[in-house]
Amino acid sequence: MLRLISTRAALGVVTLFAVSVLIFICTQVLPGDVASAVLGQQATPDALRVFRIELGLDKPAYIRYFNWLFGVLHGDLGHALTNQRDILEELRPRFANTMFLAAYSALIAVPLAVGLGILSAIREGRLSDRLINVATLVAISVPEFLVGYILIMIFTINLGWFPSLATVFPGMSFAERLYVATLPALTLTMVVMAHMLRMTRNSVLSIMSTPYIEMAFLKGMSRARVVTFHALPNAAGPIISVVALNLAYLVVGVVVVENVFNYPGVGQFMVDAVSKRDVPVVQACGLAFAAVYVTLNTLADIAAILVNPRLRRRR
Amino acid sequence: MTIFGHRPPLSAKIGILIVIAALAMAIFGPWLTPYTMSQSVGDGWAPPSGQNWLGTDQDGRDMLTRLLYGASMTIGIAAATTVLSFFIGVTSGFTAAVVGSWADVVLSRLVDVVLSIPQLILALIILGVFGSSIPVLILTMAILDSTRVFRLSRALGMNLAVLEFVEAARMRGEGLWWVISREVLPNAAAPLISEFGLRFCFNFLFIAALSFLGIGVQPPYADWGGMVRENAAAINFGMFPPLYPALAIATLTVGVNLVVDWLLSIDARPSGSQAEM
Repeated sequence: MLRLISTRAALGVVTLFAVSVLIFICTQVLPGDVASAVLGQQATPDALRVFRIELGLDKPAYIRYFNWLFGVLHGDLGHALTNQRDILEELRPRFANTMFLAAYSALIAVPLAVGLGILSAIREGRLSDRLINVATLVAISVPEFLVGYILIMIFTINLGWFPSLATVFPGMSFAERLYVATLPALTLTMVVMAHMLRMTRNSVLSIMSTPYIEMAFLKGMSRARVVTFHALPNAAGPIISVVALNLAYLVVGVVVVENVFNYPGVGQFMVDAVSKRDVPVVQACGLAFAAVYVTLNTLADIAAILVNPRLRRRR
Repeated sequence: MTIFGHRPPLSAKIGILIVIAALAMAIFGPWLTPYTMSQSVGDGWAPPSGQNWLGTDQDGRDMLTRLLYGASMTIGIAAATTVLSFFIGVTSGFTAAVVGSWADVVLSRLVDVVLSIPQLILALIILGVFGSSIPVLILTMAILDSTRVFRLSRALGMNLAVLEFVEAARMRGEGLWWVISREVLPNAAAPLISEFGLRFCFNFLFIAALSFLGIGVQPPYADWGGMVRENAAAINFGMFPPLYPALAIATLTVGVNLVVDWLLSIDARPSGSQAEM
């Protein structure tokens, strides 16, 4: 089992490496020209040439890639083109904010989704199951910003409970942060919960059709007991990987939600950089998102290996 | 009512109705309204009235008119993206399945790498370099989306490529293009059609999200995602303007999903074709 886990972890590192190459190719090797994008169309050829040398664009692509990778591994993400600030310094507090929001939503979404998923599997075909089914289908089809605006309509305009702008600044107390980030966290919860719930329900139900479950029913056990004590332990593996996959999805859903609520996280930072065409910042944010995404996916697979009883015995 | 010899259930009928209405809006929209896209007809965020059925937007332009114009932009881009994505994805997927060996390995690993980062993040990176114009948007989304189509068509192609009639065509000495278009494609059509609906939904939400973020369709063009963004501030006064385009997006997505669900229930997808969103 240890071998399986280390193989999977190594694969994660390889993936991350491949992803960094892909991001580099997209930003540097494709025919888009950063120098003329930044300086605008009025730039003189001389200014363009000087700027290109300053950016290191006169060197071959693979050398630039290794320079960049070396910098990233040493905590040097470069400087923003628009205001010359150090990107790492800018990114760090925003990254913390994004992770805070993601963790907050996960703490609400995971127990709720798994609980309701199991409940609707226990009550398969009954009214509560069908209601949950319809509600999640709608939640999946609706864009994130609509969910956000509907929540603002209800909780800010009608009830006046939470602010519609999630402004977070350094020196804010933890309780204040929680209060301000509630609406964005609820929006994210709604978005990921639907997926998580449906997949939990399906993985419990797919185990319900196996012979040993039928045996348990034939012994005269109640449906609730069969689900919780017989089906659930074997459904745990799939459920854990479903949860981790959706957490990875949550990290992306953050991009839109942060923009709805003006929450100062990596997503907002990245979108801002994209509209200013500040390529080094876009690159750094993209790499940060990709790293979190790949790590969560790898952890999902490792968790699935860990909870699988068939892989637990040493060979 | 029967379509292709099948009687659609109520949910599918609602879905078909929504899709037809949206297409009608996209095609005939400009003729249905007395105003033009950028014509200011009153105060900003005026409430609904006899002249402006849904009120006006932040610049005093008629909301319904903008919605009608936006329909052709948003639906058009999503449809063009999906068609292009299917062309790239199906061709490369079937090629990988039929040719096998190195072509399959190269294409599959490439797709694996692209799929290992979220599509939105990769799209943001590409748009950051190229800036967003409509051709760049369509091309970017189509190439990213084609990786998912590739996965499905490769899986379908793999199952078909080993069957006798494909083998026979190869023995006859038919070329790759013939084998793909005449032997494999017709037999994979049914699952690909329902996948087309799903991918359309995904691309539709994708372009809406990009425009909402301000890096999709640029003003002065009306499009549903951008309209949500432009009118976003109205929500703080408890007014509805950003909700109309957002609801339009949600309605069409639900509609297409209802139709796809029905298509899937007619023709259960073969194994290995679970496309993840």
